[in-house]
Amino acid sequence: MNIYACIKQVPDTEASILIKDGKSINEAAIKWIVSPHDEYAIEEALKLKEKIPGSTLTAVCLGPERVQNALRTALAMGADHAVHVESSVALDSQNTARALAQVIRTDKEFGVIFMGKQAIDDDAYQLHILLAEELAIPVATNVMAFAFDGGKVRVEREIDEGAREVIDMAVPCVVAAAKGLNTPRYASMMGIMKAKKIEIKKTPLAETGVDEAQNKVRLLKLASPAEKPQGRIIAGEAADAVCELVRLLREEAKVI
Amino acid sequence: MANIGLYIELKEGVFKKSNRELLSLARKSGQPVHAVLFCPDVQPYLEELKGIQTVIQVQGADLTYQPDRYARTLAAVIQEFKLDIVCGIFSAQGKDLFPRLAAKAKAGLVNDCLAVDLDTRKAIKPVYSGKLLAEYQIDAGTALFTIRPNVIAVETTTATKTPEIKTVALDNGELQTKIVSVEKSASQKIDLTEAEIIVSGGRAMKGKENFAILEDLAKVLNGGLGASRAAVDAEYASADMQVGQTGKVVNPKLYIACGISGAIQHFVGMKTSKIIVAVNKDPEAPIFKKADYGIVGDLFTIVPLLKEEFKKVLS
Ligand SMILES: Cc1cc2nc3c(=O)[nH]c(=O)nc-3n(C[C@H](O)[C@H](O)[C@H](O)COP(=O)(O)OP(=O)(O)OC[C@H]3O[C@@H](n4cnc5c(N)ncnc54)[C@H](O)[C@@H]3O)c2cc1C
Ligand SMILES: Nc1ncnc2c1ncn2[C@@H]1O[C@H](COP(=O)(O)O)[C@@H](O)[C@H]1O
Repeated sequence: MNIYACIKQVPDTEASILIKDGKSINEAAIKWIVSPHDEYAIEEALKLKEKIPGSTLTAVCLGPERVQNALRTALAMGADHAVHVESSVALDSQNTARALAQVIRTDKEFGVIFMGKQAIDDDAYQLHILLAEELAIPVATNVMAFAFDGGKVRVEREIDEGAREVIDMAVPCVVAAAKGLNTPRYASMMGIMKAKKIEIKKTPLAETGVDEAQNKVRLLKLASPAEKPQGRIIAGEAADAVCELVRLLREEAKVI
Repeated sequence: MANIGLYIELKEGVFKKSNRELLSLARKSGQPVHAVLFCPDVQPYLEELKGIQTVIQVQGADLTYQPDRYARTLAAVIQEFKLDIVCGIFSAQGKDLFPRLAAKAKAGLVNDCLAVDLDTRKAIKPVYSGKLLAEYQIDAGTALFTIRPNVIAVETTTATKTPEIKTVALDNGELQTKIVSVEKSASQKIDLTEAEIIVSGGRAMKGKENFAILEDLAKVLNGGLGASRAAVDAEYASADMQVGQTGKVVNPKLYIACGISGAIQHFVGMKTSKIIVAVNKDPEAPIFKKADYGIVGDLFTIVPLLKEEFKKVLS
């Protein structure tokens, strides 16, 4: 099967994010990583590839020059090919979906496309479904269990507290991973060496026919949320502190 | 005049409380409001829907949630009723349905909004896991917004006018993505993303069985039970309980963190809680910098005392 993983490069979860010009962030001091849920996507894609002999995994990422590092990570983990859709402009989710769909469509035999349930930078929670709709294939998000049997995909996704939906889909389809699906492997030394030799295929955004002017959702500005004032430590013997806390929650904070 | 559509979410026939937030937002706009409900009978909900223009009832033989059918039906409703904006809840179902609707209705979508201005079609949502807030605008076409639970103040309406009821038929086309079954969890848990009170435990719980003391406390408060990733990874708690960057984003009135250090990846999942309480034995724990109230001490002493005290004052 020709398996795909669409991944995004995002700032490290520890990074402090500073605003540059009201609309973008200061990238100078940022360490970039593969978005955590996309690591689950890569892992599940590799497991499927190992299960079906003759399969390949292609990692795809749209973004500026720097995202090639994310693709190298995927290659080091075990992906066979990587495609970099070169774009230095900000596209909305619908346009990103159209561009990625153009790339994936060039492969007439694409199979399961793995993604993350959300990218932890824009937290848009939609690209997976938009991509599937663009390709007119089924999709399930927030997936915590994945099985491929008899040519069909069965997934379980968490819905409300602990309840799980079981979903059947034909291949090709999109599966968007959540935590709990698997434990991503680390790249081996050999994997890292091998990844260095694989050529990343570059597709300029212009080739996909997508451009910024078609954005429907426009970012107007970024702002820092108001900082909470420093809280209060309630001192004293345990029993007294507890009484005081409960009183404050009732009388001052009025939350109970 | 913009026509405002609301997707009213019913969970096994029960009117979700976050629908009241959508209704409060929409009524305030002064624009005509159209609420869409997938149900065999709208009567039980009319009291909640007073003061709006239309109730659009979707009828069909089998109204159980199937994303393809719901999305196609809503896309048709947008056309028929000329809806300019449609809002829904940023719930498990909202997350599944709205992007599908966005694709089918060729509409722009902003998920997880903390504020929406229905006049200007602008919305504010957290990005970078809540480290920043972004303001977006959807200029053309229909605008879709899902709104995070517990952010909009619910206002009771004085309106008495009952809305006009219109019916539409459920789309009955093919299902690409077919929900074959829903397995409920054995215990009836409270939905964390909508919970008003959450008690959470971290690595310090030291064992699965010890979560019982947090569960007891949560029960007294009628709250949900959460956990840090360290607690989930150590299998003290189940994956659906994880709060944080790779877990759930929660927004309760009161969040009680017990034996949680307050790592940034945990904090971003609960930082918008109205009040954060921390119980930790280390006075230097970062969680105290983020908490409104803190008690330095052993959670195994503090939590049972807290439970008794709450029990006393709440009875
Ligand atoms: C990519 C990525 C994603 C992540 N996503 C998440 C996420 O979604 N959610 C999340 O929570 N974490 C996440 N993490 C992990 C996060 O960085 C922390 O490791 C984790 O939150 C720590 O959990 P903890 O506070 O329970 O444990 P610890 O940091 O070990 O803290 C335990 C605390 O308990 C206190 N303590 C010990 N004994 C007692 C006692 N008897 N009474 C009172 N206090 C006591 C200690 O003083 C300490 O402060 C993520 C990390 C990465 C790299
Ligand atoms: N620029 C991108 N290139 C490739 N895949 C992406 C990109 N952005 C997002 N994705 C994928 O879409 C998922 C959902 O992203 P989002 O809708 O932005 O929260 C991510 O987890 C990735 O799998």
